Amino acid sequence: MNFSFFLGCTIPARLNQYESSSRAVLEKLGVGLVDIREFNCCGYPLRNIDFRVFLFSSARNLALSEKRNLNVMALCKCCYGSLKKADYLLKEDASLRREVNATLEKEDLRYEGGIDVKHLLQVLHQEVGMAAIQEKVERPFKGLRIATHYGCHALRPSPIVQFDDPVAPSLFDQLVEVTGAESIGWSMKLDCCGAPLWGVNDELSMDLTVKKLANGRASGADYVCAACSYCQIQFDKVQRMILSQRSVDHALPSILYPQLLGLSMGIRGESLGLKMNEIPISDIEKLLMEPVTLPTS
Amino acid sequence: MFLSVSLYIALAIFGLSLIYKMSTWFRYKIGIKSMEIPTSRRFFAATKGIFLTMLSPKILTLLEIFILDVLLQLRILREDFLRWLMHICIYGGFILLLLMHALDKYITVALFDKYFSTVNPFMFLRDLFGVMVIIGVAIAIYRRFILKVPRLMTNAMDLYTIVLVAVIMLSGIFLEGTKIASYTDYKRMVDEYSGLSDPQELKALESYWVKEFGVVSPHIKAPFDEKLIEQGRELHESSCAECHSKPQWAFTGYGVAKTIGPIALVIDKAYLPSVLWYIHVLACMVGLAYLPFSKMFHIFASGLSLLANAVMERGKSDPANVATRQAVELDACTHCGTCSLRCSVSVAFDEIRNINILPSEKIASIRALASNKRLSPEQLRDIQEGVYLCTNCYRCTVVCPVGINLQDLWFNIRETLLQNGYPELLVLSPLSFYRGLMREETVLKDYQRPLIRAREAIAAECELMRTKEKALPLTPKDRKFHDGLNLSAQAKTFSVCFGCQTCTTVCPVVANYENPQEALGLLPHQVMHACGLGIRDLAFGSNMLWDCLTCYQCQEQCPQGVYVTDVLYELKNLAVKQLREKALR
Repeated sequence: MNFSFFLGCTIPARLNQYESSSRAVLEKLGVGLVDIREFNCCGYPLRNIDFRVFLFSSARNLALSEKRNLNVMALCKCCYGSLKKADYLLKEDASLRREVNATLEKEDLRYEGGIDVKHLLQVLHQEVGMAAIQEKVERPFKGLRIATHYGCHALRPSPIVQFDDPVAPSLFDQLVEVTGAESIGWSMKLDCCGAPLWGVNDELSMDLTVKKLANGRASGADYVCAACSYCQIQFDKVQRMILSQRSVDHALPSILYPQLLGLSMGIRGESLGLKMNEIPISDIEKLLMEPVTLPTS
Repeated sequence: MFLSVSLYIALAIFGLSLIYKMSTWFRYKIGIKSMEIPTSRRFFAATKGIFLTMLSPKILTLLEIFILDVLLQLRILREDFLRWLMHICIYGGFILLLLMHALDKYITVALFDKYFSTVNPFMFLRDLFGVMVIIGVAIAIYRRFILKVPRLMTNAMDLYTIVLVAVIMLSGIFLEGTKIASYTDYKRMVDEYSGLSDPQELKALESYWVKEFGVVSPHIKAPFDEKLIEQGRELHESSCAECHSKPQWAFTGYGVAKTIGPIALVIDKAYLPSVLWYIHVLACMVGLAYLPFSKMFHIFASGLSLLANAVMERGKSDPANVATRQAVELDACTHCGTCSLRCSVSVAFDEIRNINILPSEKIASIRALASNKRLSPEQLRDIQEGVYLCTNCYRCTVVCPVGINLQDLWFNIRETLLQNGYPELLVLSPLSFYRGLMREETVLKDYQRPLIRAREAIAAECELMRTKEKALPLTPKDRKFHDGLNLSAQAKTFSVCFGCQTCTTVCPVVANYENPQEALGLLPHQVMHACGLGIRDLAFGSNMLWDCLTCYQCQEQCPQGVYVTDVLYELKNLAVKQLREKALR
């Protein structure tokens, strides 16, 4: 099972722990990753500016992956949403595809729609499978309450992204629970993290983040769990900035899903980059049970 | 005489230019933070910084970087073997030629007491080094003009550099070739060094040189008398061989001599070897005199950039030294194009033809800005757009073969331009996420200004938004606008909106305000309606557009299948396009 590994712009620059923890977990689960150096921006931040630039950026990535006959796996949900959208449009609209390919051909590339775009969570849930993950969980968590955050661009628009049921999704909850943690019910679970407006309208962005995290905390969560680079930075670095600006009494730290899964699979905290989170999460290790040792006959 | 005079003139120009260029390192101001720091303080901070680094353990880091990255250029090797080979050939060959051949009177003579430019190994090595440079130049030409690497730009300076090096090398080889074949040069050597006077002996020696060494004589041609050649060989060994190896060892020149054989006499009579000598020397002197203003100045600046970036740390280094380093970095750029090849958003250049999107081209613009060159409003606008159209992925900085911290350069220039330039609509996109994360590094009191100015620029275009009491026509007012919403197939769906307000009800942004209309202007369902009525002002002028999270709740819930979020996206695209066109008018 091989995928081209789409990291996007943010992860290598500002969220290395998402890459390292994903690599560690996927290696143990036997998922092969192919790095394509020529990948460019998925086009997400350019959608506000120019639809064609967005489409071409995404299409070029898809073409690079198709050239190697590999499905794309994205870590960031905004990358995922953008690649999915472009993939959908290019598969649906032959004339649009011809236009895009005319530009791509200058670089000896073309996209015929022969591959699929997956998010890390989908790969874990559908391709690896819950049973195979369960087998690898050596040290389940005990008494850990997680507020699972789905992320908008994974869930919506559902006809295009086809990630999970957009109203009552369960994919991410199952993945959290396989680590032994409890995925709590909270009313703002499917709401936006606020990141798209960070830097554009900071007050509004903070309002949304504060409300969402307060809801998670009030619902009894110890940590919020994200699987998207923008959501994670919003819940980590931006939350830390909010703490110093607004009178919020205490934080709801955020852990990346592969960090959570990695710990329960017995991967050491250093390999998962636990210390790189700005709001400390190392205490979570105390909630791990001792390794399950099989009785010797 | 000519050589010394031209050398001294070239050296004088070089020296003055060097001083001038180095002064710009302390004078050029890049970014808001450098504005307040006087030149003198930057000079002393740099002196102090260098001195303290030399005495600290960091000297080991400097040594390591000097060997690995400055001398061996491993950063280029990591990027691309062909490019590394190209650069090592040019730089290695050229430096060795400079030391052994150009400065032979000062260096080679001092090191080897038996040195003559006409004996081996020197004669052979000179050609070998020359061939190295020529191979390098050939790879450069191949890469830039035949391979046509996408988004690799070639400017006048790149061309000048390639042409200059090619002229120096080719004139050198042809000079050597014509001299090997030259009868005048042969006669001069015989007169000066052989001490022979017997006509029979002279004829024997000449026959031998014509037969074996490619000299073209007006008197002696094949067939040769065996005995005469034998006598010539003996005379050669006793009178010439000690100071003159076989010209075949100068293999490139010998090749030229053999090729021009049939016309060698004409060439010799036309004094072509002298002409070539003047071309060769003049090209070298021009190269030397102009070096500080040419791309070749990277010989000094790139090493400095690599070393400075290896020991300087973000947040810890003296801002005065950061300002100086950034000025050095502008000279360190070799316009190799690596950053543009690896840039995450350079593909946008295929659609938006603004050359400043490409990092390698931004440098020239920043250089123009730093030197206070007069730029047209269009140029300024393009630079601003170029530096903002960046996802801040740091790839350019990671791959730069000369270690320039490009990301920091963009950030600094960006802030300066945003505060003073055109209202930039790109600040209202997720490209601003990074600026938000870096807000503590901006001048905080001015942090909001570019955002406010961008919104004001849009509002200024939307007259109708400011009118409180208004009567709206119920048929599409602006047909062109109404029909123009078709960049993506989804956007047309606004026409089926029946105003149920579900989109507005589920919108988390609307829900955040007690009085949403006051904060946001038109609400999502009203924006859809404005599109239906073709009222551009109302659709563009609402804060709702720019405060949309793109969380797709509205689109997901719409019972009519209106692609609400995609329509909002499209409206933003159109607004950016229209304001851009207006700014260019």
